[in-house]
Amino acid sequence: MAATTAGTGEIVIAKPRWRPLESEGNLALLLLLPTLALLGLFIAYPFIKGILLSVQDTRVGIDGKFVGFDNFARLATDPIFHAVVWNTIFYTVVTTIFKLILGLWLAILLNRDFKFKAVTRAFILLPFIVPTVLACFAWKWMFDPTFSVINWGLYKLGLITGAINWLGDGDLAMLSIIIVNIWRGVPFFAISLMAGLQTISPDLQEAAAIDGAKPWQRFIHITWPLLLPVTMVVVLFSVIQTFADFQIVYVMTGGGPANATHLFATYAYQLGIGTGLLSQGAAVSLAMFPILFAIVIFQLMYIRRVETR
Amino acid sequence: MIEGAAWRRWVFFRIPTGIFLILLLFPFYWMIITTFRPDGELYRPWRAANYTPFWTWNPTTAHLKYLFGETSFMLWMWNTMFIAVVATAISLFCGVLAGYALSRLKFSGAGLLGTLIFVTYLVPQTLLFIPLSDIIRGYRIGDTPWALILTYPTFLIPFCTWLMMGYFKAIPKELEECARIDGASRFQAMLYIVLPVAVPGILSALIFAFTLSWNEFIYALVFLSSPEQKTVPVGVVSELIRGDVFFWGPLMAGALLGSIPVAIVYSFFVEHYVSGLTGSVKG
Repeated sequence: MAATTAGTGEIVIAKPRWRPLESEGNLALLLLLPTLALLGLFIAYPFIKGILLSVQDTRVGIDGKFVGFDNFARLATDPIFHAVVWNTIFYTVVTTIFKLILGLWLAILLNRDFKFKAVTRAFILLPFIVPTVLACFAWKWMFDPTFSVINWGLYKLGLITGAINWLGDGDLAMLSIIIVNIWRGVPFFAISLMAGLQTISPDLQEAAAIDGAKPWQRFIHITWPLLLPVTMVVVLFSVIQTFADFQIVYVMTGGGPANATHLFATYAYQLGIGTGLLSQGAAVSLAMFPILFAIVIFQLMYIRRVETR
Repeated sequence: MIEGAAWRRWVFFRIPTGIFLILLLFPFYWMIITTFRPDGELYRPWRAANYTPFWTWNPTTAHLKYLFGETSFMLWMWNTMFIAVVATAISLFCGVLAGYALSRLKFSGAGLLGTLIFVTYLVPQTLLFIPLSDIIRGYRIGDTPWALILTYPTFLIPFCTWLMMGYFKAIPKELEECARIDGASRFQAMLYIVLPVAVPGILSALIFAFTLSWNEFIYALVFLSSPEQKTVPVGVVSELIRGDVFFWGPLMAGALLGSIPVAIVYSFFVEHYVSGLTGSVKG
């Protein structure tokens, strides 16, 4: 501290006030402290706890003992888990392809000036902003075998002759949750890709048009390459969310019929919370981690490559 | 611009846009019509000759009355609102400070920390909900709003931080340096110079964080158990479905009313919401 010795005839130099926050490192530490505390307590700690749980045989109310990789070994021979892996991959791949195609199409449709553009854009995002669970109930009601308005519509259009039991048949139930996921995801793709489209200078399009490029040629050679970085980020983001999806399946099918629509998250919920087998549930959840980790690493590398270009 | 005749504009633009709009909005229409449809019409098979899907001549408020009279719906709304507001405030506070530190201060480990926070931004809730439920029980905050108020920031803070970093980076360094030359401390320069400029970003983060916490489901489902503590999505699921019986009228009424607060917030701040959404993916 500023220990000044006055009165002895020495020249007193007032030391600068002690201002620790002028050091960038200290200030940064202070500013980051609340974030690090919360993320440490509720992300890092649960993550470690999850790994510990997955190598024990803990149930609700019963402390487990160390069992090594028994839980994972059990999953390896569990036919339901095999179905879960296949369902999740199928669900993620199919929905992502459709969300990308439809989202891009919608983005291109919206990326122009027309009457009511702002209102249209606002309405289009509604499926993405309302609580998914609540919207899913509307879908479940629409898919109800006896009262289905979808069946009525298809029947009136002459496309079907009998009732379709949407959520009662394995393949149709998968199709149903895929439809709902696409419905929810397309707005997100469309709005994000539209923001990407708006950064592309119209001069490029015009120049190519003057040179005689057809609309689809302009799309392939100008729009698509310039849109690719945004597309990649949106797709990877969506893949993570879809891969770890819970709400749609929980509401629509609960994983059934006969486990035909179980995903990692719903199966983990059924084991860990429904049955109380905390350790086995944690193991199912953690089984997602390697794939999520690979996607995140890929995304980080891609962002870095784009940024350094 | 689509070149050429009017029919091209119809085929390539108006009709596809119209179909998209109808498909995306139909479930909401269905929610509204079901809310006001009397049970007698509601449970009429689609094969019935007098099945009138798109309209009802006998609108009723019975489902709304049931929702408000027989369930704790207002309480769920209040719980959801309280949790969303407090969790958003905490996350915004943490995220803005962290975003500032990571984007405008030089210190060792900044890059690593930034990457770590980005990675937590990508951690889905479903990865950690089981160990978290055990921890929540251990902290003795299970079945209280605090279980959610303290866990929602785990996915809101990384998002807010990431979004704010983008905004802070765009503010020129000279602005702060001027203030520092005039005698402001680093902290003052941040508080009085940089933050006011970043208000649009803060608003975007706020709107987005609020809708995310309003919509959260799995944590609320797992961490809350008594009916009077529940949030809207969980309350509707657990109290309006009894075994295999779905109370479709009140369910749809609850879904409709539970969506309205986010829809209102969203409609006032569409532009901020969209820039938050696109900022969050572009970074």
